[in-house]
Amino acid sequence: MSTGRKLNPINPVTMKLAIRLAYRNLIGAGLRTWLNVIVLSFSFVIIIFMKGVMIGWDNQAKTDMTNYEIGGGQYWYKTYDPFDPFSLTESHAPIPEEFKEEIASGEMEPFLIVPGTIYPQGRLQSIVIKGINPRQTLFLLPSHKLDTITEAIPAIIGSLMAKTIKASAGDQLTIRWRDVNGTFDAGDIVITEIFSTNVPAVESGQIYVPLEKLQSMMMMPGEATIMTFRDSEKNRPAVDGWTVKNKAELTASVDKMIKTKSAGQTILYAILLLLAMLAIFDTQVLSIFRRQKEIGTYIALGYTRQQVVGLFTVEGTMHAVLAALLSAAYGLPFLAWMAKNGWTMPIDTSEFGMAIAQTLYPIYSIGLIISTVLILTTVTAIVSYWPSRRIAKMNPTDALRGKLQ
Amino acid sequence: MEISPIIRIEKLVKKFPMGKSEFTALNGIELIITRGEFAGLVGPSGSGKTTLLNIVGSLDVPSSGEAFVLGRSIGNLTTKEAARLRKENLGFIFQSYNLLAVYTVYENVEFPLLLLNYSASDRKKMVMDSLEWVGLADKIKSKPPQLSGGECQRVAIARAMVKKPSIVLADEPTANLDAANSHNILKTMVTLNRELKTTFLFATHDDKVISYLRRKIFLLDGNVDREEIKPN
Repeated sequence: MSTGRKLNPINPVTMKLAIRLAYRNLIGAGLRTWLNVIVLSFSFVIIIFMKGVMIGWDNQAKTDMTNYEIGGGQYWYKTYDPFDPFSLTESHAPIPEEFKEEIASGEMEPFLIVPGTIYPQGRLQSIVIKGINPRQTLFLLPSHKLDTITEAIPAIIGSLMAKTIKASAGDQLTIRWRDVNGTFDAGDIVITEIFSTNVPAVESGQIYVPLEKLQSMMMMPGEATIMTFRDSEKNRPAVDGWTVKNKAELTASVDKMIKTKSAGQTILYAILLLLAMLAIFDTQVLSIFRRQKEIGTYIALGYTRQQVVGLFTVEGTMHAVLAALLSAAYGLPFLAWMAKNGWTMPIDTSEFGMAIAQTLYPIYSIGLIISTVLILTTVTAIVSYWPSRRIAKMNPTDALRGKLQ
Repeated sequence: MEISPIIRIEKLVKKFPMGKSEFTALNGIELIITRGEFAGLVGPSGSGKTTLLNIVGSLDVPSSGEAFVLGRSIGNLTTKEAARLRKENLGFIFQSYNLLAVYTVYENVEFPLLLLNYSASDRKKMVMDSLEWVGLADKIKSKPPQLSGGECQRVAIARAMVKKPSIVLADEPTANLDAANSHNILKTMVTLNRELKTTFLFATHDDKVISYLRRKIFLLDGNVDREEIKPN
């Protein structure tokens, strides 16, 4: 009698109808729907924000390391090990001829790194003395402050070091070192500048003095421990006695740290998701129990049970769609504001021992937002489908009478 | 009225499991309903009238025997075929209306047409025609909770009739209505049966409904006990 066309569960018309019905049912459910949507939208925003912070941190840490510590990559003298202070005594060699052209053009900077001791307020503290070219432009370190004529050796230190030794700009302190022949010597330094970075590795336990001065103090003229180059893209040839370290190797510690932190955050995401999914699961179970007559009616009107399962799954999944829309309404302004103003850590980050700024600026990509929305929507769809499968086993006549337990 | 059978029941048996034993709800029913009839399955509770109506409505299947509706054997239909039969050819009216509470009157009546994928303009015309038949054209924006029981049942009738089905199955349609509303509803159904030639099959034990039936099929303990046909 009817002129209507045949429908099947994946027919676009069926899907459109299911979406329309699901939307109606969700809006009709009122507060219950909105509570679920709000919980889910918090998950959306928090996950995107936290992931954005991680990306921002990673980006900031690597940028700061590039600007203050590693440049575009380094050559290390073969015995140099930054984690073994005892190796420093032996880790030096004449600067190879191959590097001289780049050094002259300012595209490469040599560092001489030696162990030493400082005596702040009569105390003794082991330090690393770094010789740096005062006219270098490769790092953002204020090395030009070393380009001065003073009776004492000019030195710059990081704020972390200044805090540790309770020193201020203009202070004079005694340092001691052991030259290439093993002879101990001592002298005074004057702190010409205290700089501040987000990279503890360039601040803690070290002082910077003019390279030539240090070479002279150590009786190591023309020698260096590491060579930092600016251009990370250039193909770096192997140089005898020196090991090339590209940027990826030098920032591997940051990647590991971010990975560790991300793993910890995943637990937070899982808890957030679990709470949201629990609410949706409960809603679905309750919905199926309370709406048996409605389910029976759909079947009586011509739905198959599978189509009703589809309808309830779409309905549950639509929580995620509404949550994404709600998140966009309040989350996008919040995320944009945070990206602009940053997230200032409530405690001093300089003593964290890792490259982290006091204020982190989250970075969000379209990929991050889309992947988060897709993952949450997929999980919601699965959680919605799970209890809805029960409908497929329902006896329509019992459902119509609301007799199922 | 055409003589061709629209529903044919042959030796129909329906058993339900009850613990370790079985309860026989229908026990060898033989019945023929022809096109355009206004018939009812009459009997006390437990006589099997709703069970028979559910099988005719392809909501349930026989344990044995055959139930042919519009020439199709209910027991041999796949789930999809049964759903299609209901969607295209059957209208249901329930005791408790079974309207979708979050939809308006218009949307409730429109629903079967959405399933049949009618165009928006066709749907609008058919829904308004249907609501005119039951006298509710002025309530299209109301939702079921805002309507009286009689109005709800009239919406349910409009929903059952909107696609002009071959058969309307009504299970105790007046059970929740007062006498005045019951008579109004029944008069509406009689008119629709007469004008649209739709076959109506009721399951009832309500005297008011019984008084309107042109054919009364009395069921007792899962069998047809006797029949009465009202002369024209």
